[in-house]
Amino acid sequence: MDRGLHVFLLTALAAVASLPGIAAAQSAGEPAALPTQQPQVVEPAVKRRDVEPAAIDTENFEAGAFVGTVSIEDFGSSLLYGARIAYHFTEDLFAEATVGSSEAGKTSYEELSGSAELLTDNERRFTYYDLALGWNALPGEVFFGGKRAMPSAVYFTLGAGSTTFAGDDHFTVALGAGLRVLANDWIAVHFGVRDHMFDSDLLGKDKLTQNLQVSVGVTAFF
Amino acid sequence: MQDAYADMRSGPGRGFPATYSVERDASIQLLRQRTDWIKVRTAAGREGWVHRSQLERTLTPGGAEVRLAGPDPEARTEHRWEVGLGTGDFGGANVVSVNGAYALTSNLLVRADVNHLLGNYSNGWLGTAGIAHVFVPTWRVSPFVGIGGGVISISPKATLVQAEDRTDTTAYAGLGVRGFLTNRFLLQAEYRSYVVFTSRDENEEIDAWTVGFTYFF
Repeated sequence: MDRGLHVFLLTALAAVASLPGIAAAQSAGEPAALPTQQPQVVEPAVKRRDVEPAAIDTENFEAGAFVGTVSIEDFGSSLLYGARIAYHFTEDLFAEATVGSSEAGKTSYEELSGSAELLTDNERRFTYYDLALGWNALPGEVFFGGKRAMPSAVYFTLGAGSTTFAGDDHFTVALGAGLRVLANDWIAVHFGVRDHMFDSDLLGKDKLTQNLQVSVGVTAFF
Repeated sequence: MQDAYADMRSGPGRGFPATYSVERDASIQLLRQRTDWIKVRTAAGREGWVHRSQLERTLTPGGAEVRLAGPDPEARTEHRWEVGLGTGDFGGANVVSVNGAYALTSNLLVRADVNHLLGNYSNGWLGTAGIAHVFVPTWRVSPFVGIGGGVISISPKATLVQAEDRTDTTAYAGLGVRGFLTNRFLLQAEYRSYVVFTSRDENEEIDAWTVGFTYFF
């Protein structure tokens, strides 16, 4: 007996067995109500498998450190080091908090005059923080040789913060640009430039100072 | 996979080249997520980044839909936490502001912020807490009003004579507008009128405004 016929017979048998009410009603001469649902023939023995998907690691934070050089206007260039933490909102936008510290050198005047010191050692410390919004403007790949390609992005940042220098806190606007190269899935290398702009009246007259920073950093996504 | 196919890119962004694609009914393993991109591995061992939208309809072997973390249109009204950065002017001094909010309802926010004040003659810190009412949170651009209070601490610069550090309490009433850039990201501008309760004979009134961006969690 083929499968189709088998199913048909089973269905018919089940239908007859499940309709004693109709049979009784018909025998009493009253109009019959048609069944509105097909009766279930086979109770499915398959249990739905509940699969819990593995919790996917979302990595939108990025934190790391950088080292570089900063040219403090009128005070020469000095070694700079700092730390940054970023949160990536979308593939395009991120927020970034940066802190950095350096020790200013001497002005040309101080070097030439030999003795007159404009600032104490404590006042020469140049520290800053800034909070910035970043934009990954040019995503792409960086190629090393013929076989190796690393995802990268050129980004721009616009931030505001404060710079402590010469015994005073200065409101600072920081414009930056950088290249982020992903060494693997979670480690990135940054090459960046940043201009810290603030007003200073240190040398007698109010002026907008430009303090340019060049840095190399490493960050980890987590 | 339930989509007809999904592009696998070399990096987590639409600007990265598509290096491979997976077809319908293929089995993939989800490895990690960065913003809206998910790194996947195919049965053959190929790896690449696929956009969230192409995986939303992917089914697990049990038939349940995979739920992926990420922004959705409901985030505008159903979010709970907001964090933002801003800058502006506080009675002539520059301000750097970090702020946070918790949404009690889609209209009513409990807010707090910390502000670094950087002026020509004095520097200081201002911390406030308050509430804000957003008129129509579903609109792309919506006005809001807020009130609150806090503490302000001012240190005049060392070059001034007879300078004294002052710490006073303050209260504000504010008015602002916020506009969505994406479902989770908005720009915000606010004006606040502060009254500083000084220990001198007269209270001090200060106008302040800030602009900034805010992100929903």
